[in-house]
Amino acid sequence: MENKDVEILRMLEEDAKLSISEIAKALELEEEEVKRKIREFEEKGIILKYKAVIDWEKVGLERVCALIDVKVAPERDKGYDSVANRIAGFPEVKALYLVSGAYDLSVLVEGRDMKEVASFVAEKLAPLERVQSTTTHFILKRYKENGIKFFGEEDKRRRLAISP
Amino acid sequence: MNDEKIKEKIAEKVKNMPKSGIRKFFDLVIGMENVISLGVGEPDFVTPWNIREAIVYSLEKGYTMYTSNKGLEELREEISRSIERDYGVYYNPEDEIIVTVGVSEALDLATRAIINPNEKVIVIDPSYVAYKPCVELAHGKALVYSTNIENGFKVDVDELERIVDENTKAMIINYPNNPTGVTYTKKELEEIADFAVEHDLIIISDEVYDKLTYDSKHVPIASLNGIRDRVIYLNGFSKAYAMTGLRIGYACANKHIAEAMLKIHQYTMLCAPITSQFAAIEALKNGKNAVKEMKEEYRRRRNYVYRRLREIGFEVVKPEGAFYVYPRIGINGEKFAEELLKKKRVAVVPGNAFGSSYRDFIRISFASSIKELKEAFDRIEEFINEIKIEKTI
Ligand SMILES: Cc1ncc(COP(=O)(O)O)c(C=O)c1O
Repeated sequence: MENKDVEILRMLEEDAKLSISEIAKALELEEEEVKRKIREFEEKGIILKYKAVIDWEKVGLERVCALIDVKVAPERDKGYDSVANRIAGFPEVKALYLVSGAYDLSVLVEGRDMKEVASFVAEKLAPLERVQSTTTHFILKRYKENGIKFFGEEDKRRRLAISP
Repeated sequence: MNDEKIKEKIAEKVKNMPKSGIRKFFDLVIGMENVISLGVGEPDFVTPWNIREAIVYSLEKGYTMYTSNKGLEELREEISRSIERDYGVYYNPEDEIIVTVGVSEALDLATRAIINPNEKVIVIDPSYVAYKPCVELAHGKALVYSTNIENGFKVDVDELERIVDENTKAMIINYPNNPTGVTYTKKELEEIADFAVEHDLIIISDEVYDKLTYDSKHVPIASLNGIRDRVIYLNGFSKAYAMTGLRIGYACANKHIAEAMLKIHQYTMLCAPITSQFAAIEALKNGKNAVKEMKEEYRRRRNYVYRRLREIGFEVVKPEGAFYVYPRIGINGEKFAEELLKKKRVAVVPGNAFGSSYRDFIRISFASSIKELKEAFDRIEEFINEIKIEKTI
């Protein structure tokens, strides 16, 4: 991929609300070109979605999350993929990774309350064929997600308005 | 004592020194709300976390004592290594490097160390606001040479030939430049170096924006053949590492000049703050990625601002480094800046703060996010359209 493509993606990853015009000016491209490139990224599934990052705690609608370690007996020929595919399909599953170490899959599950998460694990995840064991870690506090810190904001207001 | 009597006590030189254009404008801005400022001479980034973390660690360790006058040995060694690695110039950390309280102090040391009363120093306008006052406070005379926008604010050595005389001791150069963002190519630097050799001048080279060079590789003038010993190379951490308030920089020079500068430094400053010295060590050891990221962001902002200025129709030289652009706006810069501030709450610095012959220029800083720059330029465009309408009525 050429450099400007990567830069467009980086800019959008940082701020998806940047306009075509701003991106074009910042990268010394024509607006038409930027528009075409972004359409291509969308069509090729490189840009999957534009989302807002929300601090639900501030809204008072905090959801309960848990990280679940899952041990899996891999399937002949398919390894972990088909089990992973079945787990990933549940809307409660927000993230899913195959990891090295003492267990195999790391699953981020979200629910309205602890009970909902617990019953998801007990009723949907644990009984899955090939799932050998699960360990559930409820998330008590979110400090940083997707590169964004949820606390300890920096105060830039002290910068002088005019300086040499 | 009444006010008049107290005023009489002030040294003539200081009394007669004009208040800087920047400070005048600062007084106007202060207290105003909802101002977007493009008048800022420092990064909008916070110092990278690893550097701040190193500061905290040094405080926990109780490192709050004086250091040697020259600065921590480890820091001088890192500085020496980084200049050699990046540019192939070697300065001996033992006797050719002084850690200073920013480039500001280094500049003061350099001028005081070499200037005898009434000796002249060439200052190239538009120039950073401290050069002329520093020369004058060192009892020298600033020999001002003004570059122009038609030549891309580059130095024309033939014109320098016309103003230089026997009494000229040194010249101060600054690239990438504040306020123009212009930098010099190797060939241009060679011409300047030849001129300095021919007239036996010291070159004080302020290269504090070296790491923020966007389209080419920075060349320190000290790296040119046979010139190193007449160069006083100034650099620091304020801009590239977003460490302005930590007040730390350094000077590199031939050991005799360094020794002279150190004499002044030891009696006036003793040493640079130790906390900031630890920050600087971390910056040099592990700061590369952060600098690169900030530089890429500045480059995008540079591009953005340059296009907006071109669209407005201002005469403008594309900045190749630093985070400033210095367009000619065609009307009085002071008035423009004042009206723009009052009517649209956008602050820029009048161009004449950097040289008296730049009355119809302004300096715009792009050390702000693209979002803020967009809002500011939308307001500037509105303002210009309103002026145009007023004129046609
Ligand atoms: C060209 C130039 N030199 C020196 C300085 C001062 O730098 P420091 O913070 O290292 O004293 C500045 C700051 O604006 C500058 O623009």
